[in-house]
Order: sequence, then C-alpha cells, then structure tokens
Amino acid sequence: MEETYEFTKEDLKEIEAIKAKFPKVMPATLPTLWVAQNRFGHVEPPVQRLVAKTLELPESHVHGVATFYTQYFKERKGKYVLDVCTTTSCQLCGGYDMLHYLEDKLGIKAGETTEDGKFSIQSVECLGACGYAPMMQITNDVYVNNLTEDKLDEVIDDLKDDKMPEFESVGMPLLEKRNI
Amino acid sequence: MASDWKSFDPVLIPDIPNLEKIDVYTKNGGYKALEKVVKGNDWTPESVVNEVKEANIKGRGGAGFNAGLKWSFMPKPDGGPRYLACNGDESEPGTFKDRKIFEYNPHLFIEGALIAAYAMQITTIYVYVRGEYVNWVKMMEKALQDARDKGYIGKNLFGTDYSVEFEITYGAGAYICGEETSMLESLEGKRGYPRVKPPFPAQKGLWGRPTTINNIETLANVPGVINNGADWFKGIGKESHPGPVLYGISGHVNRPGVYELPSGVSVMELIDDVAQGIRGGKKLKALIPGGSSTPVLRADQLDGVSMDADSLREAGSMMGTAGMIVMDEDTDMVDALWRISHFYHHESCGQCTPCREGTGWAEKILLKIKNGDGELRDLDLLLDLTTQMEGRTICALADAAAWPIRHTINRFRDEFEARCKKSAHAVA
Repeated sequence: MEETYEFTKEDLKEIEAIKAKFPKVMPATLPTLWVAQNRFGHVEPPVQRLVAKTLELPESHVHGVATFYTQYFKERKGKYVLDVCTTTSCQLCGGYDMLHYLEDKLGIKAGETTEDGKFSIQSVECLGACGYAPMMQITNDVYVNNLTEDKLDEVIDDLKDDKMPEFESVGMPLLEKRNI
Repeated sequence: MASDWKSFDPVLIPDIPNLEKIDVYTKNGGYKALEKVVKGNDWTPESVVNEVKEANIKGRGGAGFNAGLKWSFMPKPDGGPRYLACNGDESEPGTFKDRKIFEYNPHLFIEGALIAAYAMQITTIYVYVRGEYVNWVKMMEKALQDARDKGYIGKNLFGTDYSVEFEITYGAGAYICGEETSMLESLEGKRGYPRVKPPFPAQKGLWGRPTTINNIETLANVPGVINNGADWFKGIGKESHPGPVLYGISGHVNRPGVYELPSGVSVMELIDDVAQGIRGGKKLKALIPGGSSTPVLRADQLDGVSMDADSLREAGSMMGTAGMIVMDEDTDMVDALWRISHFYHHESCGQCTPCREGTGWAEKILLKIKNGDGELRDLDLLLDLTTQMEGRTICALADAAAWPIRHTINRFRDEFEARCKKSAHAVA
C-alpha cells in the first residue's frame, strides 16, 4: 500500500495565498512543492501526486518540475541535509577538505544518509556565498559560513541535539556602522 | 577617479544602520523618487525612460545592456497585463551581491522596480529569487509587506490612477533560471528551459505578454538617477560604464566580501588594497573577473586593467557580474577548470545537444587530464569542442561553459601539457 499524504488546513491556506499571486494556477507548482517538502520532508511520487491533485494539474507536469530542480528531494533524506558547496571559490578555499572531513566524521559519503536517518551529505553547486567560503547550507535553510573543522564539530554536536545554527548576517567590510 | 575609492560614499548600500526598516528608509529620503514620478509633476513615463537611458545603467546581471534602452523596447500599452520580472537568481559562481541589497537596503530595490514599472506602465512586478536564498526571501517578503502597508504598492499610488502589484517567488536550485527566458518559464511554474528568441520578452514574455527583465542591482540604481539626474550617475566611476558597482571579491584574499565602489577601480587596487592582498603573503596567479564564465586572466595580464567593460575586453575578458575570483600561485588550474566544467555540465538544462553533450564530454576529458591519463591531443579536442558548443544553442550556457575551457587552456597551456602523459609508443 502506498503511503497517503494530506496537506493540513494551514498548508491549504498557504497554497491558496500562493495561487492568488498569479493569474494562472501552474505558477503555483514550485511554491506548492516547497510547501509539500517542508511538510513531508521529501517530494517522492506520492507527494508529487498530492501536489498535482491539489492544484488540479497533470501529475506528469508536477513530476517534470520536481525532477528539474535539485533542491527538491525526490527520495528521502536525513533529517539534516548538509549541502557542502564545492564550486570554484569554495573549492579554492578548502570546500573539498570540509566535505571530506564531514564524510569521515559521519562515516558516510556525499549522497548518502547515516543509518539513524539524522544526517545526509551532499556536494552541491555554488550557493552564492563565495566571499564566505568554504560554506554549507543545512536542509535548504541556514547558511554556515567560513567553515573550519572546529566549526563543523560544533554544528554537528548542536544538530545532534536538534539545535539549528542561527541565521548569520555577514556584513560588508567597508560599512563600519553596519558591522558593529 | 579610480584611486578615490576610500572616499567614495556608497549609494546602493549606504552606511546607515537599520536601513532595511521602512521608517528608516523613508526618513533618509526613501520613496521620494517614486512619489515624484508617479505624481507626475515634472515626469511622464517617457521622460523617466529617457532619463534612465541617458544615465546608461549597464545591466548588472552580466550582459551590461543599457537598462533604459531595454525599457524603451516595450510596446505601447494595449490595456492588457504587462510585467516586470526582477532577476534575483544570482547563480553565477563568484556572485553574491544582490543578497546584500535584499538584506541591507531592500526598499531601494523595491522603489527602483516601482519606478521602472511606472515608466513602462507595468501592471504586475515579480521578483524571482534563487531557492537557496530562502532566508533573504523572508526579508524581502517583510519589506514588500511594509511597502504595501504604506501604500507604495497596490491600487491608486499617491492618489493617482496608477496601480501596480508586486509579488515575490523563488526557485528550487537551477543555475539556468538566471537566464532571463528560463526564469520566465520557471515563474510560469515549469521546468526552466530557455526560450528561443525572437520573440523577445518585450514582445512575448510572461504568459505571452510584454515583459521586461532587470537585475536587482540594476533596479537599485534607478531611484538615485531620478533623485540626482543622469549626469550625477554618469559622473560616478568610468564614463563608458558609469555608476556604483557591487564588487564581490572571493578566493585567496585576506578580506573577501562585497564592496560598493565606483565602476572602473583598478583590478590590482581591488585585490591588494580593498581585499587586503593575497592570503599567506602568496603571489597572485590568476583572476576570474566577473563570475565563472568570464575568461580567466593571468596575473601578468592585469597591469593597468580596471573593472569596466572596455578595459576588461581589451585585457581579454569581461565584466560579467563583477564577481571576482582571486587565485594564488598554488592554484591548480587543471583542477579549477575541471570544477568549473563540472558546474556547467551539472547545470545544463539538456534542451540543446551541443550543450547537453558538450558540457559532459568536456568534464570527462578534463577529469581524465586531471587524473594524469590525458594526452596532448585531448587539449586540442577540448579546444575544438568549445567551437562546436559556442553560438549553437538556444541560450548562452554553452558559451559560458566554452569560454573558461578555451581561455584557461590557452592561457595556462604549459600547466595542462605538463599534466598530460607522455605519448604512447605505437608498436607494430
């Protein structure tokens, strides 16, 4: 039996607000997939079907969109997905060292999930934080900048206690009043 | 001009605490430019377009096209919907500037977009942000709500009959959605496949209606032009490429970050003084001046080069997004090029064969060379491949993938040859 998924009332309200932004319903596809992924943790085919049914769009369309964009999890991931950037600036500043350190620490390789389902690691393309390299993003949410092995140890310890790092505002070096 | 960067007063992100709050923004003269043009005492939509055209704001998303000229391509209003799509996808490696506007001065961008919308008599504005920037999307949602509450967005602005809607949406991880027509497809809720041009978006854009696409930083320059005039703007930085620029400096420098300075600052000054030089006292080897698709320059090619379109073209590269990636003497150029090629292969949307296949072949050949299994003829094969990719596809991703390959090999040929294995003997 396929698992069944339902949106909550709040989800449906959010989806209605999304639909109201656009003159047609199809543009709601990406944001609604986000609502679904935030609710269920992934967008496996049964979730894609729920999105299609909710928006009254063809399943094939939703499947096509879900598979085009890398941030949608088409299979289940760990509770915390560690997206380590390894593109050029991060590569130059030790992004691969950070990736390998995490792989050794968690005993999995990029693309895998720990047995307890807590962590997944992914090597990802540029996240737009090139000045704060090396860096990673946790489960499509907070950016962790200027990674070191010590910083990774701290973050992993916190995540084991389900404590997410807070959003880190990185200033602009010449703006003194903004950077106090 | 270029040497006065220390005394330059930033315009896009001035040093004012809490400027992201709408009250602080309006206290500092915010939304005055919008009020002026919409109330129309001295302004008409046409005169706004002309002033911005005269200011010569070169598109900051990478293409460098005159923003006002782009606006003038919009057909006359016919009573139907017209759109402004603001490109906040910011996905070119080395680029991390628009997020500073979202975080520190969102209302400047919002005001600029609203002025642009008025000038083109646009009915709805969408801002499309990359999915990874979800925390910056939240900041923008708050700023948009505040602007709506104050009556800067919505029906009958300033009691006139001009009304405009402004919505934000975001992607889900696809570099290609920074390409303008791919972004339109993504906004329409589809796979981000770039469209064949013509028709250009000004004729047929979102849902087949007239649409203009501008970068976030480009639009953030608009209120300044309205408040101070095109001549003021043209007086900042290099005449042929005027205005303030958000330089993103990353890689092997002591003080990486985003810096707002006039256009045309010398490259060496940006690296040595602004970013405080190379880490660990090492020597500079190479610079990618404007995001990963712009051709890499050797340190010996940087003498007297400044960050503007003309100077960089003469030097053999491009301004792109002004996302400067600095590489020190220990950088392995083969590794660096392989990683860039991996990126473009991963991000190719797969519509056009030269790009879908070419980016993959290039990555494979480069991996072979990187691992020491390459042969000299592979280098020529790669160079040949770039000519088979460039200019043969719907969008410019294939070009963006081809340029780094061609120029990195040509400019660091020795390093690539040294990595290749010796010729095999053919024994009969």
